Amino acid sequence: MRAYLPAYHAEVPGSLRAALETMAREPGVWTPLAGGTDIMVLLAAGRLPPGKYLSIRGLPELSGIREEQGAVVLGALTTYREVRRSAMLGRRYPMLCLAAAASGAAAIQNRGTLGGNIVNGSPAADTPPALLCYDAELELISMATVRRVPYDGFHTGYKTMDLRPGELVRSVRLPARAEGAGALHYYRKVGTRSAQAISKVVFAALGSMEGGRVRACRIALGSVAPTVLRCRRTEGVVTGLPLDPARRREAAAVLRTEIAPIDDIRSTRAYRERVARNLLDDFLARLAATGGPGD
Amino acid sequence: MGPTCVGQGVPRKEGEAKVAGRAAYVDDLRLPGMLHGVTVRSTAARGRILAVGFGDGIPWDELVVVTARDVPGVNHVTLLDTDQPCLADGVVNHWDEPVVLLAHADRHLLEEARRRVHVEVEPLPAVLTIEDSLECRTVVWGKDNVFADYRVERGDPDGARRAAVHVVVGVYRTGAQEQLYIETQGVIAVPEPEGGISVHGSMQCPYYVQKALGPILGLPPERVRVVQTVTGGGFGGKEEYPSMIAAHAALLARKARRPVKLVYDREEDIQATTKRHPSRTWHRTAVDAEGRLLAMEVDFVIDGGAYKTLSPVVLSRGLIHSTGPYRCENVRLRGRAVATSAPPHGAFRGFGAPQSIFAVERHLDRVARDLGLDPVELRRRNFLHRGDRTAVGQEVREEPDMEGLMEKALEESDYRARRVACRRARERPGETVRRGVGLAAFYHGSGFTGSGEVHLASVASLECGPEGRVEVQASSTEIGQGTSTILAQITAGALGVDYRLVEVAPPDTDRVPDSGPTVASRTCMVVGRLVERCAGQALEVLRAEGLLPGGGHDDAQFVEACRVWCARHGPLRTHARYEPPPGIRWDPERFQGDAYGAYSWAVYVARVAVDTLTWETRVEDLVAVQEVGRAVHPLLAAGQVEGGVAQGVGFALYEKVVWRGGRVANARMTDYVMPTSEDAPPIRVHFVERPYAHGPSGAKGLGELPMDGPAPAIIAAVEDATGAALDSVPLLPEDLMVAMEGVIESR
Ligand SMILES: Cc1cc2nc3c(=O)[nH]c(=O)nc-3n(C[C@H](O)[C@H](O)[C@H](O)COP(=O)(O)OP(=O)(O)OC[C@H]3O[C@@H](n4cnc5c(N)ncnc54)[C@H](O)[C@@H]3O)c2cc1C
Repeated sequence: MRAYLPAYHAEVPGSLRAALETMAREPGVWTPLAGGTDIMVLLAAGRLPPGKYLSIRGLPELSGIREEQGAVVLGALTTYREVRRSAMLGRRYPMLCLAAAASGAAAIQNRGTLGGNIVNGSPAADTPPALLCYDAELELISMATVRRVPYDGFHTGYKTMDLRPGELVRSVRLPARAEGAGALHYYRKVGTRSAQAISKVVFAALGSMEGGRVRACRIALGSVAPTVLRCRRTEGVVTGLPLDPARRREAAAVLRTEIAPIDDIRSTRAYRERVARNLLDDFLARLAATGGPGD
Repeated sequence: MGPTCVGQGVPRKEGEAKVAGRAAYVDDLRLPGMLHGVTVRSTAARGRILAVGFGDGIPWDELVVVTARDVPGVNHVTLLDTDQPCLADGVVNHWDEPVVLLAHADRHLLEEARRRVHVEVEPLPAVLTIEDSLECRTVVWGKDNVFADYRVERGDPDGARRAAVHVVVGVYRTGAQEQLYIETQGVIAVPEPEGGISVHGSMQCPYYVQKALGPILGLPPERVRVVQTVTGGGFGGKEEYPSMIAAHAALLARKARRPVKLVYDREEDIQATTKRHPSRTWHRTAVDAEGRLLAMEVDFVIDGGAYKTLSPVVLSRGLIHSTGPYRCENVRLRGRAVATSAPPHGAFRGFGAPQSIFAVERHLDRVARDLGLDPVELRRRNFLHRGDRTAVGQEVREEPDMEGLMEKALEESDYRARRVACRRARERPGETVRRGVGLAAFYHGSGFTGSGEVHLASVASLECGPEGRVEVQASSTEIGQGTSTILAQITAGALGVDYRLVEVAPPDTDRVPDSGPTVASRTCMVVGRLVERCAGQALEVLRAEGLLPGGGHDDAQFVEACRVWCARHGPLRTHARYEPPPGIRWDPERFQGDAYGAYSWAVYVARVAVDTLTWETRVEDLVAVQEVGRAVHPLLAAGQVEGGVAQGVGFALYEKVVWRGGRVANARMTDYVMPTSEDAPPIRVHFVERPYAHGPSGAKGLGELPMDGPAPAIIAAVEDATGAALDSVPLLPEDLMVAMEGVIESR
């Protein structure tokens, strides 16, 4: 434990309202603490900024998974374990369950939350690419406002995001899906090992075919740019078109211009770029093989 | 006499306390008035210390501060040499070298204080690689950066090479590896009356610590008491380093006149303490048309880091193992340990052998490939047999039967059929996963190298009390590998009594004799033999006194005999000192002779799957066949193999120390990627038992052996799967990608 503990102050509010009030009184001063699986690592290493922390763990208003007019709403405090164990999510949003199962290991899955994974803002986080493919929206709440924003665009740069002082993520909303039952959900976490691993590349893609052409396609990656990334230009290369090898090569070439991987202690720029392209190609090859209705 | 417990899976002596959470590790101990200590370290790879500044906002007068000036005796940690300072004085020679020590009762304040000490260093050029060191443009140690340079020559390698059909050259590399014992380094030092000191801590070698501390504190050995606390793993990492941290705690405790606890966190432990020596090995091998080895030339270089520490001995073990379990009449070996600006590299399971065995096994695969021979067949034609001589001229006295071990390993792994099936599968279009199989054949010498055991002259003793309770006394430490259990088994077996009557004394230099360090696969074979002799003597004494019948006895008779003896004479004590097996001779000048009393032999087979989209390798199966004499405790023995294999998987595919300017950049378990249980293959362990005449109950050494084989077997399998030429570890997916470019097109 390298932190100087007396420099930290933590409080446990009794309700969401109390939490929001505390944050509103001193905007930007209080940092929420959910499962703590990102924050406690920094604390132990002596790298957590001293200051005031507000434990939101256990607040019922931020917990639970429910269906709402076809959409699914996950409280920000939903843990990986809860995601993994939801048969409904497994059916409708399987990539989210794969991401949860690939995150950390049992202990982390019991504590770590979806909201924490998002707001921690790591470009290597494992659930965001799945959330991006499912067109997730975030519900943000403060004493004064409640707003709903598309998740795509929430992250504005490395560890920066569209979250105002005094605001909490209340929930993550997954809209009803339009691609139909034959869609291909393709999720690959390429980590440094099989568990307890930080991703070197995360690749999520969702696609469907119709009449030999790509009807819809969404592609998102992690660990290849300062933020997790939805790759709309790459999607554009294939959407509405048949997937012949030339098209797949073109898609890979565009993907290359859309991502900006770096060398770091975990991997290399070249590796991340090659793996991203290989996985894209594998996804497109499998997607082509599904054929789809009317083929 | 009941059935012997040797060869049985008896409960571990210390198992229950560990499982129940009663075992007290050093960080669990709290003494009255105890302070905590921390270490302030250098922030450059090499340079002159210009100033040490103490920043604002800390009540410095409340802290105990120790620098090199406070060392009462000599300021070096005695090992093979005296070059390594206990606290840097004037210059620093590596990142994270200890410069200032602080102690205070409040560990949080202490961390804050540590951040406010500023060691100002004027940088000097550093040496970061083996190549830089050998080039000698910058000299960081002695005249030429060389800690040790050994040469071995037998026969006429030049003549043999000129007459050969094929000559194959290759260069192989291995990286640094962190031991990653579960419990980090830690000690508590307690000032004793009249300037004495006692140290309680996590360690492998209490007498090493005692030897190092005396000169630093200016104390005779009997005033330095060293006690091993329950230790959570060592793997060699707690062979030499505990002397350093113990000295630091002792200096603080002396100045504070209070007990001081010094425990590293993981980051500090990875950054500052020893790792496996990185290596580079050059091979040139001459073979005839049938693939028989005519001449082997080896140039083996290891990176010792900034100070000599144990590098020369690591070098000699590595060099002696560098030609593998093969017969070759003409050899020329050169081994060098060189200095760099890295923190000193040190002991780690295998001690140089995993490095040189990786090289020779990969090289033999290359020879086989060049000759168009099957790797199995090439090995079969060259294995050592009884009567042959090793590279250093040691005669092989017992038939190792490497063919038998290899055949067993091939059978258990279904090697031949798998090899064919893997090749067929690779030819199928559209496959993104490729599989391959590979093997490694190797041996590992038990005990200290050369005349090491004779110089150590280890002693163990035994004490039988009035209730028939027997205590084994040795400085050999239980570090999770099972020392207490097997020493008790061997003793109970030799005494012909129940295992439960025997206990092993906790290692404490005030109570137990110096049975040598707990290293070098020597505890079972060497110390176990001493303990067995102690037990034999005790029986003789009791029989001579007429208290036990000659033919055999039961526990009740033994207990009664002890009672009577103790009533007449007090506790029955026996002791034994090391004696080499007959005919063992080593010539250190010529580097020739009997390098080890005995060898353990093994063949491992690995099967891997390589994902060609991501270049990730998964070890799917590992068969480990070995002959280690007799397995005293088969379950613990299998555990040693499984653990060694898992560490070998890490060495081969995962564990890469990322160096930035001489500093470890990935000093956390997040980024220093040791394999998890999910990444370890099923490990199928087989012991072929052939009792060794001079080992206790027939046992030889085992601890290090399983570290040697996995890396070469796994990389051979990856080579089989991919066709890429692979000659270094760790082989991360990033490295495999580069090696495979041009070999296959990614889809
Ligand atoms: C051993 C280990 C393994 C891990 N493995 C993985 C992995 O495989 N993949 C992966 O992606 N991550 C991994 N992580 C990181 C971490 O577990 C996840 O990011 C997790 O989802 C964080 O959730 P938390 O609730 O614990 O966050 P916390 O640590 O409590 O908070 C993280 C950040 O989010 C903010 N925050 C949390 N909740 C809210 C909210 N509702 N509104 C606003 N701000 C909020 C906090 O203020 C903080 O800045 C691992 C961590 C550890 C220690």
